[in-house]
Amino acid sequence: MRPAIAFERVTYRYPTGSQPALRDVTLQVEQGELCLLVGRSGQGKSTLIRAACGLVPHFHGGTFAGRVHVGGMDTREDGPARLGAHVGVLQGDAETQLVMSSVRAELALAMESRGHGATAVARAVEEVALALGIDQLLDRATHDLSGGEKQRVALGAALAGRPGVVLLDEPTSQLDPVAGDELIGLLRRLNQEWDTTIVLSEHRIERCLSAVDRVIALDDGAVVHDGSPATFLRWAATAEPTLQTPGAKLFALAGISPPPVGVKQARAALRREGLLPPEPRPGDSPTAGDPRRLHAGGKLRRLAGLRSAPTRHREGDDGAPALALHGVWCEIPRGPAILRGVELTIQPGERVALMGRNGAGKSTLLRHAAALVRPTRGRIERAGRVALLLQNPGDYLLHERVREELSPAALERAGLSALAERNPRDLSGGERQRLALAIVADGGDPPALLALDEPTRGMDREAKAELAEELHRRARERQAVIVATHDPEFAAACAERAILLADGRVLADGPAGELLAGGWYFATETARILGGAGDVLLPEDGSELLRAARTRDAVAHIVGEPRT
Amino acid sequence: MLATLFYRRLASPLHATRATVAAGWAAVLVVATLLTDNPLVLGALFAGVLAAGAGAGVGHELARTSRTVLIVALPIVLVNVITSREGLTVFARLGDLGPFGQGNLTVEALVYGTIIALKVGLLMLVTTLASLTIDPDELLVVFRRHSFRSALTASLATRMIGVLAADSQRLAEAQRTRPGAVDPTKRSPVGERVRLLSAIVGSSLDRSMDVAATLELRGFAAERPRASGLRLPFSRHDRAFAVSAACVLALALVGAFTQMAPFTAYPLVRMPVSLATITLCVALPVALLFPLLDRRGIE
Repeated sequence: MRPAIAFERVTYRYPTGSQPALRDVTLQVEQGELCLLVGRSGQGKSTLIRAACGLVPHFHGGTFAGRVHVGGMDTREDGPARLGAHVGVLQGDAETQLVMSSVRAELALAMESRGHGATAVARAVEEVALALGIDQLLDRATHDLSGGEKQRVALGAALAGRPGVVLLDEPTSQLDPVAGDELIGLLRRLNQEWDTTIVLSEHRIERCLSAVDRVIALDDGAVVHDGSPATFLRWAATAEPTLQTPGAKLFALAGISPPPVGVKQARAALRREGLLPPEPRPGDSPTAGDPRRLHAGGKLRRLAGLRSAPTRHREGDDGAPALALHGVWCEIPRGPAILRGVELTIQPGERVALMGRNGAGKSTLLRHAAALVRPTRGRIERAGRVALLLQNPGDYLLHERVREELSPAALERAGLSALAERNPRDLSGGERQRLALAIVADGGDPPALLALDEPTRGMDREAKAELAEELHRRARERQAVIVATHDPEFAAACAERAILLADGRVLADGPAGELLAGGWYFATETARILGGAGDVLLPEDGSELLRAARTRDAVAHIVGEPRT
Repeated sequence: MLATLFYRRLASPLHATRATVAAGWAAVLVVATLLTDNPLVLGALFAGVLAAGAGAGVGHELARTSRTVLIVALPIVLVNVITSREGLTVFARLGDLGPFGQGNLTVEALVYGTIIALKVGLLMLVTTLASLTIDPDELLVVFRRHSFRSALTASLATRMIGVLAADSQRLAEAQRTRPGAVDPTKRSPVGERVRLLSAIVGSSLDRSMDVAATLELRGFAAERPRASGLRLPFSRHDRAFAVSAACVLALALVGAFTQMAPFTAYPLVRMPVSLATITLCVALPVALLFPLLDRRGIE
């Protein structure tokens, strides 16, 4: 059978690139496969997707060698317009994926472009809207949609013609954990029910690894691994540890093998090891299967105490809080209330993760904190300057040279002196983020509070780890830090306290361990594997727990009394 | 300001009307405005359009446009008063203006300047009402059947206004969060705005490249057979607005080409008011507004 996608010795260099973005890539994706593309930022994932849909080389130009066949068409001869009849594409930024003013027109465009009859177009639009759960949005204006809604509509537009091949470049980057999981589930359903071939690139590998058939890893433009999720995890453990999932890292550190592909497999493995209780049988008392039973008490709590203690109400913090919101409301004239009586205090040096679904009010809260917006009711106290880093670091960069953006001393502090003569737009995503952070945080007096809005969008694990370390450093210098994020792993790495916002209200506020270990969607993979035991969030802490449990009476450790 | 001019689906009879009919209705309002000189009739139309805006749920936006109309109206009136030489009732003499002759300001020029301003204001109101209530994509679908790429380009231009407005707002916010910026809740000074504008212009190129790539993938360049349109039955609102447009057009034609609403500005202002004039002033807003009373099936 003819493969859905076939790369034959493809080497490609962008017109302005000094090095090839793809190097001698040879691979085949069979009809009906669901493939995951992984790799650090800038290793060629997006370029590979562009090559598969014909944008490379037809749109981007550059030097192209080798051949790509998609659905029997040669991308050298057939451009993106012709390939588009067989290939649906969702690229990174949903904003530029929407070209029409209304959602209905957006979903219809691709089919109308290819001359499908009005009835066929109307039917396809209805079907794809129902499949994606965006039927409520059909008559909405595209500029009115939230980031997550835009992402879903852009995906709908890519799927409307029911293409045989779907290519997605970081489709969950702007989605909250709930919407992200729903999207992955939907892709799996499309793959299984429509036999659609799907290739998606993702940085949050743990989110989709259990749903895919195959993983292709790229490094410096070359394919360095191509195999099943299980073989990928074994390969990543030695060859590229930054691509390891938290679950695999947990198992590796705890000395358990093989690495698990997903939470279900991990928990099954722990059950076999006797570290988790067996599944409750029918007829067991209701509390037998209660996940709270998995929370540890006694010795496990002491083990969990190895991590930094929660500091919501810090002892000795008698001075003014870095930020205090008293009954803050944000009400849109003739519109909804975005914030509803928010009460919040953040102490100097505290690291806080602000979580919640798309549209919960996280960005609005940060804008109020930074005095970009005045509350319609309520009061805000600030101990000093609030430095706010908005979602798109490129928005801060207006000059032709990095040195024009920031003083030499501030560049030195940010470790960016070597880049002083570069154009800010030529920097990598991580470098741009660092520069923007330095501009808002170090461009003036030291801030009392540093607020970051979705800073890890599109970042690989290495860059996230660096950013988390930077935030720890700033907190040690008594700067309070608040980060709005959809990424529980990053929240666990950088925050000691977590706040869950929903519909403009603070739903939960407490130590990160409690909030991120006890949840379902807003939980780290480690916490989900361990069932929230000991409020452990990170693989390093979880592995300590597992090692300790393996050396003693395991079940007694993990299945302690319910958390009080 | 830009954000207020975008179509947004609301629950109103006008929004529930198909775009072609609603556009036809708006076009008739434009024709009626251009055909009419009588200030009473223009005033009735003005009030009718404002009431239609309120009935369509966009009254606030129209009220905001009315404030802009006042700003635009003043120079129009002034220019007409200064430049018109046709009136006879002088209310101020500016003396000899050299090559421009005698600078006599007349009541007739003032009145006619006000009428021109009223007409311009009405056209602005109708345009705003149409922008807010007629789905541009639905309208352009009709044109796409005849000239696909031109109509799509028009759609794209409509969409890009919103994208670039959002970009500029984001960039402005980012600049206001830079240390040393003025009070973040206040508008930035001129120098910052210029720098911001240059950044927006620069980023719009990136934007257009991204959008062009998306269009390529959606088959903009594909060869396409001519497709037939979807025939939808006329709704009660389609019919009501079509009847309303026909009535308004008929009344405007009657008013313009008969002596129902006579008016002359020069050389002396003459505006005899008869029962027919008053009837026209009442009938026009009624014809314009009656479709908005039927609120069934508007969601």
